[in-house]
Amino acid sequence: MIISVASGKGGTGKTTVAVGLALALLEKPPADVASVTLVDCDVEAPNAALFLRPALGPEEVVELLVPSVDAERCTLCGRCAEVCQYHALAVVVDKVLVFEDLCHGCGSCTMVCPEGAISEVPHRIGTVARGRVGSMRFAHGHLDIGRPIAVPIIRQAKRGMHDDKGVLVLDAPPGAACPAVASMRGADFVLLVTESTPFGLHDLQAALQVARDELGIPVGVVINRDGIGDDGVERFCLDEKVPILLRIPFERRIAESYADGVPITQTVPELRTGLLELYGRVREAVA
Amino acid sequence: MKQILILSGKGGTGKTTVAAGLAHLASGTASLVLADADVDASNLELVLHPQLEETTPFEGGVKAVIDPDLCTACGRCAEVCRFEAVLAGDEAYAVDPVACEGCAACYYQCPVEAIAMNPTQAGEWYRSRTPWGVLFHARLFPGEENSGKLVTTVKQNANLWAIREKADYMLVDGPPGIGCPVIAATAGTHLALLVTEPSMSGLHDLERILGTVAHFQVEAAVVVNKWDLKPSRAAEIEAFCRDRGVSLIGRIPYDDAVTRAMVSGEPVTAVTDGPVTAELWRIWRAVADILAD
Repeated sequence: MIISVASGKGGTGKTTVAVGLALALLEKPPADVASVTLVDCDVEAPNAALFLRPALGPEEVVELLVPSVDAERCTLCGRCAEVCQYHALAVVVDKVLVFEDLCHGCGSCTMVCPEGAISEVPHRIGTVARGRVGSMRFAHGHLDIGRPIAVPIIRQAKRGMHDDKGVLVLDAPPGAACPAVASMRGADFVLLVTESTPFGLHDLQAALQVARDELGIPVGVVINRDGIGDDGVERFCLDEKVPILLRIPFERRIAESYADGVPITQTVPELRTGLLELYGRVREAVA
Repeated sequence: MKQILILSGKGGTGKTTVAAGLAHLASGTASLVLADADVDASNLELVLHPQLEETTPFEGGVKAVIDPDLCTACGRCAEVCRFEAVLAGDEAYAVDPVACEGCAACYYQCPVEAIAMNPTQAGEWYRSRTPWGVLFHARLFPGEENSGKLVTTVKQNANLWAIREKADYMLVDGPPGIGCPVIAATAGTHLALLVTEPSMSGLHDLERILGTVAHFQVEAAVVVNKWDLKPSRAAEIEAFCRDRGVSLIGRIPYDDAVTRAMVSGEPVTAVTDGPVTAELWRIWRAVADILAD
């Protein structure tokens, strides 16, 4: 079972919920859960490790294959630049320029070069590290500073982390664009964490469209900082028939222990029950 | 004309609250053009009373479509696709439009020319009038690519407008993270205002966004939101800024007026004269001072 924890709006509590759910399942595993794994897919601003303090293995370097043009064989025909949809190649007077940061690593230029003058060379864009938190498996990725493309790091972080008998929790990045999609794709269920404010509602709508309408994945909502703001989120969930699976109250002690990197299951132990019930309802929805 | 960009690394630290508050305060003494560069979660419009004046479709990129009548199911497309976007079939292959990155590798490799690259509308962008300046904003359709390109479109149009109208400042509400839309948003920026919060996550992500703007040689200043929620973590951020030689120009206290303002659809500075508004005033004066140098 793969559960992706997403939100649309940033800072609504994705990491809080993902970490809390993984720990609740780890401490009191339901009969069908043989293992628990958490992958932090927010490779631009990864924070789950601050709460879980995993023992990590060596960093894997994530590389994109980018073109390298052999000047001896290149006839400056321009076919490579013509097929590149990302404008990552440009033919100037006497050579082909490669803009690595625009390249998506699709390999099209290499395939079409009539002279076989292009080879692909690795270009580092970030890292992935894997490890453990007790018996929980953990992975996260880091996009290198100044690099634009996050999705290949998300894909690599997820790779090999799922086993059929276990639960894999994905902590997704905010937004509703490609990094968020990459973190929801392949999930059995998407938990949308929001807050009961107009900003929370506005961005929940976008995330719901991605998860439910574009990807066709069943969804449920977690309302964090319940009680602040208004009832717009509640009414929206009712209208859209999206179940509200958990409410996390707004309390200063929660904000304070969040600030110190303390998982919410430690600060509010009674939430463990709520998180396990949430898992039960997710399982029913997926079955 | 000076460009100010509000960023944070971590989401939900209060970028939009700061942007709307500064827009409201600064527009009293200066002429502003506003832009929301968070195109997949654009919230500035929710508190600035925009009156829509112009909508323009945004063509994102192209996506592959396989004609099932021409496809011979040879599988070459699936072989060359590196984005797991081609779905195999017995009689014809198909493309998952959500996964397709529009690279066209399959289009060029298909031996029977069964693949077309179709342009897609990935969103739209808007020009609106607000009481505090003209606002350029956008909506990336959910799940679409090219958020960076849409950010660039929004900013270029805002920039042209600002130059033509001889605006004093262009104030840009940025996206979270440090990747493609953030990098697109930094182009042309004179000062990046980094909004963080006193938590381990806030500091961790501040370090990453500070590195990012430094990489692109943009000057930065830091604002700590909800300053008093965790004084020990706030002190850590203060020490971090001192170490890095970056000015910390604002300490916004926690106040539920911020949520009240959001619910009533106003900039926070329009609903309270309390400490949050006073601090946003100080922040604006510090920004104007930095940019006057």
